[in-house]
Amino acid sequence: MTAVDSPAGAVWTATVRAWRGLHWYLKEFTGEARWDDYLRDCAEHGHAPMSRYEFERARSDAAEKNPVSRCC
Amino acid sequence: MSGTITTDAGGSSAAGPATGGRRSVKSVLIWTAVAIVGAVCWTVLALVRGETVSALWILFAALCSYAIGYRFYARFITYKVLRVDDNRATPAERLENGVDFDVTDRRVLFGHHFAAIAGAGPLVGPVLAAQMGYLPGTIWIVVGVIFAGAVQDLTVLFFSMRRNGKSLGQMVREEIGMVGGVAALIAVFAIMIIILAVLALIVVNALAESPWGVFSIGLTIPIALFMGVYLRRLRPGRVLEATAIGVALLLLAIVSGGWIQDTGLGDALTLSKEWLVLALVVYGFVASVLPVWLLLTPRDYLSTFMKIGVIVLLAISLIVARPVLQAEAVTDFAKEGTGPVFAGSLFPFVFITIACGALSGFHALISSGTTPKMVAKESQVRLIGYGGMLMESFVAISALIAACVIDQGLYFAMNSPAGATGGTVESAAAFVQGLGFDTTSQDLAAASAAVQEDSLVSRTGGAPALAVGLAQVFSQAFGGGGQAFWYHFALMFEALFILTAVDAGTRVGRFMLQDTIGNVWKRFGDLSWRPGNIIASAVVVALWGSVLYIGVTDPLGGVNQLFPLFGIANQLLAAIALTLGTVLLVKHGKLRYAWVTAIPLAWDLVVTMTASFQKIFSGDPRVGYFTQANVYRDAQNAREVLAPAQDQGQMDQIIFNSTLNGVLQAFFALLVLVVAVHAALVIARAIRANGLPTTEEPPVPSRIVEPAGLFPTAEEKRAMAENERLVGAGTGRSEAEEQ
Repeated sequence: MTAVDSPAGAVWTATVRAWRGLHWYLKEFTGEARWDDYLRDCAEHGHAPMSRYEFERARSDAAEKNPVSRCC
Repeated sequence: MSGTITTDAGGSSAAGPATGGRRSVKSVLIWTAVAIVGAVCWTVLALVRGETVSALWILFAALCSYAIGYRFYARFITYKVLRVDDNRATPAERLENGVDFDVTDRRVLFGHHFAAIAGAGPLVGPVLAAQMGYLPGTIWIVVGVIFAGAVQDLTVLFFSMRRNGKSLGQMVREEIGMVGGVAALIAVFAIMIIILAVLALIVVNALAESPWGVFSIGLTIPIALFMGVYLRRLRPGRVLEATAIGVALLLLAIVSGGWIQDTGLGDALTLSKEWLVLALVVYGFVASVLPVWLLLTPRDYLSTFMKIGVIVLLAISLIVARPVLQAEAVTDFAKEGTGPVFAGSLFPFVFITIACGALSGFHALISSGTTPKMVAKESQVRLIGYGGMLMESFVAISALIAACVIDQGLYFAMNSPAGATGGTVESAAAFVQGLGFDTTSQDLAAASAAVQEDSLVSRTGGAPALAVGLAQVFSQAFGGGGQAFWYHFALMFEALFILTAVDAGTRVGRFMLQDTIGNVWKRFGDLSWRPGNIIASAVVVALWGSVLYIGVTDPLGGVNQLFPLFGIANQLLAAIALTLGTVLLVKHGKLRYAWVTAIPLAWDLVVTMTASFQKIFSGDPRVGYFTQANVYRDAQNAREVLAPAQDQGQMDQIIFNSTLNGVLQAFFALLVLVVAVHAALVIARAIRANGLPTTEEPPVPSRIVEPAGLFPTAEEKRAMAENERLVGAGTGRSEAEEQ
């Protein structure tokens, strides 16, 4: 499995990459990744982050004022 | 299907339009091959008659056409007509606030945008249009999207992006004038009410007398509430976990519907249409006033994932099952206009009925406002605006195929109103035999037994017929029968996202109302003022609820009567959007390219105005609303009862409904004409002045480097690596998983 140049290894690498890509996409798509972005931002600027609960609460309060349209 | 739009071999989009003369041999070969495959598919569809035709010809004709449209026409519009400029910062970059202005990865935004524009329209419209045969629908869905629908979405997205994400109504007011703006605002609101009512009508027709369906759909509410609490209290922000649990519960809800349907609970959930109307109205109201985290947001996750999952599943199933078309290419109804599903001839009504799959005005509301505030680079509007709409068109093509592969006697028995079929399998069989099909009452009974419904006769609205088609394709593809499960699965998924459109739409309607009235009564415009929320929600729900009730109780068949109104309204909204696009092209001094939006606009106006004219003035009582009212009024004066009415009460109802529909129709058409006339004046002025100032924001240099298309070209990869090196650590939205 570890040999990168064997066919099985190539399939394995591709599968792992596809899975990572999908996971990345879903986290971005659902907005879950925003928390990670926020933590990274805080670390960069040396702020102490708020709790996850407060963070998500602020996000859903913002969603309250920005209605999403869903088309026919 | 995204594979078809990726081979963007011309390269260099960050730097502007493609490389001019030198194209690689590989690229020329690939595109020649795509063109040949597409041409062969179209030729087969056009020429083969009276033999078995595989549905895959339709599928590949569409895919090849999309690929060519995206590669060449969309590129031309993006770079030559609109002249996107990647050196210019988008509003997301300039005004980033992490809330509505937010630089978003193009692939993620594509998903968001597609989830917002796709709904029940592209699924239901083509099913109804299948009464004309598969060819008219296929041609309009494909040609319409390439030259009209995707062009509208792309140009509106671009112009709104250049104006910090202004809404359609705002842009019309500022670029065309106050009168046009007010007319557009009223049109948007009124059209939204009609759309909500018709969507809800489809759900009511699909769930009436179906305890399995009511049970499964009903359970989506507690499931969403659970997800809401989970995301708020138990595990804040873990959307993927919550959605996985939600989808698992949802599948359980579908299966368990089969267990309860023959029990006492099943009897209790066998609801009449009137009760379902009440349930929907209450639901819409509650959803509009509750905090979004509790119901709306989790439901939206559920319906989005189901939507995309089913579309992918359907695409795979079609290729695996390779079903054969049962419908004729062009039926006699197309020529004579006497079809039982909806009245009127091919022109203009096929273009009205296929609402969202080819051209949808409603998309202009999403392409302005929400999406443009999130675009990272200007050149990405091609992928998001044009590409997103191509995907929607693909959904419509799949729905058309699903409707055309089921037994066509069954199709007409399901989609014709009860007044025509008589409501029983025997009378319905006699009715479809009269249309020339050899479907027997045993066939109809067997079809409903296969999906474990009491009856499929006159299950109008398109959703049940589509569910039968999907169940057939899925069980063919995966083997092992399971028709009943797949049928209810399909029904549930349609109802789920119609309900999501209804609750989200009610909320948007509430905001519009509060915003508008807030201009004269400040307090009412405050979105956090409870009484204002409640009153505005109640008004919006009451408006669509009453149209829904009228449709549900209409003796002539609510879908038959209201769907044309919905279709025309949606296309009229498209006319407003395309008018705005044309005005802006001329104002920007691009008169020589104005045909890009002016041609679809002209076509759309001809179609909608002809349809409106026929619906208002036609002497055929099956088509003209007022003639219809008159026929029933005359009969009433002569003390007769005209079928399908059964008593004087129903006669009154028909007269009232038809008159109301006619008035609404005339009102919509008038609003659009007001906008169009004002726009013509502005265009005339702009031509004389060789362009006019617009409200476009001045350019600010951009610092972001990102690819334009789905996959980065070699050149774009180099540019990104270079930028990464200069700026230092990435922004977190890296392309790492592609390197």
